[in-house]
Amino acid sequence: MTTLSKPGARRWGNVGSLGLTTLTWLVGLLFFFPVLWMVITGFKQEVDASTDTPKVIFAPTLEQFAGVFGSGFWPYLLNSVFTTLTSTLLVLVLAVPAAYALSIRPVTKTRDVLFFFISTKMLPVVAVILPLYVITQEIGLLDHVWALVILYTAMNLPIAVWMLRSFMLEVPGEVLEAAEVDGADLSQSFRNVLLPMITPGIAATGLICVIFAWNEFFFAVNLTAARAGTVPVFLVSFITSEGLFFAQLSAAATMAALPVVIAGWVAQKQLVRGLSMGAIK
Amino acid sequence: MAATTAHKPEVRTPERKTERSAGWSRRAPLMPALVFAIIVTQVPMLLTLWYSLRSWNLVRPGSDQFVGLANYVDVLSDSTFRSAAWHTALLTGGCVVISLLIGLGLALLLDRQFVGRGVVRTLLITPFLIMPVASALLWKYMMFDPIYGLINFVLGPFGLGRTDWITQFPLTSIVIALVWQWTPFMMLLLLAGLGAQPKDVLEAASVDGATRRQTFAFVTLPHLRRYIELSVLLGAIYVVNTFDQVYMMTQGGPGTASANLPFYIYQRAFLGFDVGQAAAMGVVVVIGTIIVATFALRLIFKSFDVEET
Repeated sequence: MTTLSKPGARRWGNVGSLGLTTLTWLVGLLFFFPVLWMVITGFKQEVDASTDTPKVIFAPTLEQFAGVFGSGFWPYLLNSVFTTLTSTLLVLVLAVPAAYALSIRPVTKTRDVLFFFISTKMLPVVAVILPLYVITQEIGLLDHVWALVILYTAMNLPIAVWMLRSFMLEVPGEVLEAAEVDGADLSQSFRNVLLPMITPGIAATGLICVIFAWNEFFFAVNLTAARAGTVPVFLVSFITSEGLFFAQLSAAATMAALPVVIAGWVAQKQLVRGLSMGAIK
Repeated sequence: MAATTAHKPEVRTPERKTERSAGWSRRAPLMPALVFAIIVTQVPMLLTLWYSLRSWNLVRPGSDQFVGLANYVDVLSDSTFRSAAWHTALLTGGCVVISLLIGLGLALLLDRQFVGRGVVRTLLITPFLIMPVASALLWKYMMFDPIYGLINFVLGPFGLGRTDWITQFPLTSIVIALVWQWTPFMMLLLLAGLGAQPKDVLEAASVDGATRRQTFAFVTLPHLRRYIELSVLLGAIYVVNTFDQVYMMTQGGPGTASANLPFYIYQRAFLGFDVGQAAAMGVVVVIGTIIVATFALRLIFKSFDVEET
């Protein structure tokens, strides 16, 4: 620590530092513990999962995970994969050019447009759920994956525009000018110079969109059912139909959460930027 | 803010023409995203406004007629709506304040070099990544269950081992689950803030003989202020819309003891089929949000300005 400049304080500093490190580790484990417990419970037999005194030692089994797949998990999983990936792709296709028009060759009303995008993010979704229900019913998209794809695209678009814009603003103007001097037209300099430079940013933005789309529940539970239901909808129908089985519930919840946990771990460094919509790097 | 190139009005026609086409070539890449966002978000909002002026109950055919502001009068005199608004404020305020404080503590702990820093950071962000529906189930059953839950097992030796948390303390239970989810969010934003502290200022403070506490109070905290404001506002925007935990853990109950606005409006719309009233509630919530958001947006823009200059 920078404040420990007095030599006499060094030894106490070491002890204190060890104490702080231990404390940090303990708090970290405490926060992670419910997740760990969920994963562990997923490997138990039901008799080992529902005990007055929690069992730590037990014979692990994959029975519960197999049971989840046996009770119709596949279609929901595929719906989730499809809506998440398709909406993320659509978001990027729309947001990359938009971010370009708000940073590198900015339109005149950049500020207003940015304001509009982020204000849609603040709109409480519950206020529009009824019209969305009526509209999706009218156009035959009720309980259809494309309804979710469209809504998730709209949901993530503002984040993606803001985030990509913050990456594009970091590209030094000289690089693009140099390309122009070399005779590259706009689309060439966009494809050959800009795009490679912001590829990490695009990847990070995509991961953030994946996280939000995969975890989304409100639209899914109100606009889909058996046909287009996603993984969170499966979790709900799973407990109501199967009654309360702790181990199987844990296995289902573990599998539902796993893809995004992994995506989040991978995107850790960019998470802050995505969550603050590019305001914090 | 990136300097927006101002287009000065030109006098001669040929140049104005190229000017205009240049403007459109600038605007073209923006249009698909903008049009998409306007259609998907604004059309439903206009419909909500329209519904809110009508008396329309899906279970009473022929009830669809224009009633003006009658729904708004009903909504504002609905005591359950008011209590739902109050619960929303409690959940949001409680969750944001508590997770901010814990998040700040964690960020300070993590802002040092120590063995396994990356691992601890990874462990700490995990609750935020867990699907909220899964996390609500995890808390409801694995943690708060009166018989098999871990909380009661841990509290057992203290004579509190038979509390039915979800029924007796529904709002507190939800806040705990929410704090668990949102603390990592606060921690990440504040940790980024701590990392952005200019090192020379910290060194100067230490050279000048400032204690650790003084450095924190007079150097770190003022520097963090912008990050704290941003975390609070972004966190509040997300938490105020909390639906998953209420739906999964309490269903707004017992009675309406833990129903927040998103859940109550959902109930009126999809269980009560009262389109007009639910829409009016939605509009009231949007107006409330706009008031808060105007303030929030100004702040986010300010953050951007600081970041880019």
